[in-house]
Amino acid sequence: MADTKAAAVMPTPTRKKLPPKTIVAYSILAAVLVLVPVLVQSATGWEFIVRIFVIVGIWVLLALGLNIVVGYAGLLDLGYIAFYAMGGYAGVIIGQAVSHWTGGATYFLMLIPAALAGALTGVALGFPVLRLRGDYLAIVTLGFGEIVRICLNNNLFGLSNGASGLPYGNQVMALPFGAQWLQDNIRFQTPLGFFQFGPNMYWYVIVVMLVLGAIFVIRRLDDSRLGRAWVAMRENEVAAEACGINIRTQKLWAFSLGALSGGIAGVTFAYVQQFISPESFTFMESVFVVCIIVIGGMGSIKGVIAGALLIKGVPDLIQGLAVAGVLKMPAEMQSLMSNYRFLVFGLLMVVMMAVRPQGIIPSSRRARELLPEDGRILAEEDMQEWDVENRANTEPDDV
Amino acid sequence: MSYLLSQLINGITLGGLYALVALGYTLVYGILLMINFAHSELFMAGGYVGLGVLKVLSDGAVATGPLAFMKPAQTFFNSGMLGFVALMAATFLISAVIVGLLGVLIERFAYRPLRHAPRLAPLISAIGVSIFLQNAVLLWVSSKQLPYSRADGTAFVTSHTLLKFGGVEITTMQVFIVVTSLLLLLFLDTFVARTRIGRAMRATSQDREAAGLMGVDINSVIALAFFIGPALGAVAGVFNGMYYGSVKYNMGFIPGIKSFTAAVVGGIGNLRGAMLGGFLLGIVESLAGGFLETGYKDVIAFIVLVLVLIFRPGGLLGEAVAEKV
Repeated sequence: MADTKAAAVMPTPTRKKLPPKTIVAYSILAAVLVLVPVLVQSATGWEFIVRIFVIVGIWVLLALGLNIVVGYAGLLDLGYIAFYAMGGYAGVIIGQAVSHWTGGATYFLMLIPAALAGALTGVALGFPVLRLRGDYLAIVTLGFGEIVRICLNNNLFGLSNGASGLPYGNQVMALPFGAQWLQDNIRFQTPLGFFQFGPNMYWYVIVVMLVLGAIFVIRRLDDSRLGRAWVAMRENEVAAEACGINIRTQKLWAFSLGALSGGIAGVTFAYVQQFISPESFTFMESVFVVCIIVIGGMGSIKGVIAGALLIKGVPDLIQGLAVAGVLKMPAEMQSLMSNYRFLVFGLLMVVMMAVRPQGIIPSSRRARELLPEDGRILAEEDMQEWDVENRANTEPDDV
Repeated sequence: MSYLLSQLINGITLGGLYALVALGYTLVYGILLMINFAHSELFMAGGYVGLGVLKVLSDGAVATGPLAFMKPAQTFFNSGMLGFVALMAATFLISAVIVGLLGVLIERFAYRPLRHAPRLAPLISAIGVSIFLQNAVLLWVSSKQLPYSRADGTAFVTSHTLLKFGGVEITTMQVFIVVTSLLLLLFLDTFVARTRIGRAMRATSQDREAAGLMGVDINSVIALAFFIGPALGAVAGVFNGMYYGSVKYNMGFIPGIKSFTAAVVGGIGNLRGAMLGGFLLGIVESLAGGFLETGYKDVIAFIVLVLVLIFRPGGLLGEAVAEKV
């Protein structure tokens, strides 16, 4: 990646030791990430919740990817779901073609073509829209997303099997590598019941690893030359260009890296669901991801994760519990909840923009861009960042 | 040949609808430099309000209970040519005013607080409004496709064949749509070019601050733009319902994008451009649609949009505007 070169030239920043508070917080987080699914999985009748965790994890991945494009580079992409679709379809089509030879390793091997398919589509979209800004870009990406969906729906080149989706009726998708062995061998008693390492648990582990990997990469990117160039470009494109930043390259990087993440999320989604169809890739899904980022906090990793948990996780969980009958909820109430979901999101987006445009957990830079006068009202950690940045004088005073 | 010609006529009709909606996009963009993403939903709302008005004014099945007093009015609206003309005038006027006011309301609460925010903020707010309106109709009106006719199944407007030559037919409905949209453009064009308020609008679109310093009431000019645009969109929405015979909560999305494309093709911010773009897009789509599989029909507009933005981002009648630094 671009930042490896940059890192070689630049002196490595000395890492401060983590304060004990942070260590405790991370340990608790890790414990929750491990214990909750294990306990839930072992409680009879609650196993489906692990699956909800998996789906929410995939959405976290998606949102993190789009966050690169929208949050860092400031390019509003309303067709992000197209990359998710491309990754998913590439993974399934190629995977089904080679599964005879690859067997259980198919999913892991297919991460590569899916990521490539995502990234290449990202570049393919990036090239024509390089010159566009803001709202034009939003509409063109929207159109692009729709084109991809329409082509999938109409079975372009006879690859996608149209609206009936993939894999074809008589085919099955191979369980990944080791899933069977884990299910047969890892089993023990927990306070809530008998734990068995089922396929959902398997996917949970994979998705958590993917999310952690994405967070690691994005944090490194944020600190890199590329990340700073994105922020400069987002704040003021003309000024950034005048400072010697190659806008075209930076935009292409943003698109392709964001799309790469979308592609990986897509193939994971396809293999978790064991099925993929154009229905999952409508404009509404794109809006959903944008919504997560906007409400969570553009450009902030924590914010985006919080947004995904709140917007995708909580309603999915309530719905899942209600469907399973754990949460006593009348049927009308259930349908009401799923129906009112989007209504509330629409309203939330409007209110959020007016009241707290920086999101639930804002990124320090973004908050100042959106609310310059009270940019100081920030979390403690962000304040430190703010100080460092100001001393380094990397930010223009007036945007 | 006759097939081509009838496609052309369909295209012109469709173009009239696109042009009306495109005017709304262009008007708001010209003044605020923002894409009113919710405009497509106002077009949809126009279709629904129009249906409601038509039902109240001329559907016997509705005139019961609290609405029983409408009976005599309905007899008038349903009788003769005069009644029909009055019905149409009332329907278009009432829908335009209601949807126009809805547009003003949206501007007041969703966009005005964000006038000084970065450009992404109002756009996201507009997407929020769009989702909200769509789901409000879905939940509170109907999630199904509603027929644009009375309860007994008779259409409010019956379209007759006006002209027939070769295999080509021109219906009254088509003429009605095209003539109305041309008249509305003419009206709007004159309004903006000749009146005092029109001059205020032009001044605001050139330089908002300077216009404000010269005594133009910026807020009311913007509110007016948000009234006229949606009002025209509502007219298109009613036409759309009559022409295709039904309305659905998600009917605005695709025509909205296409009309936006039309506005861009003509040069966004330019009223005549929006009209030209609308007709051009309608014709291109109909002609190309004849040669493509029907499934791909909607792709054409998107491809046109991308091509125009790449090769002539200013549009056909627009001028290249240098970025202000």
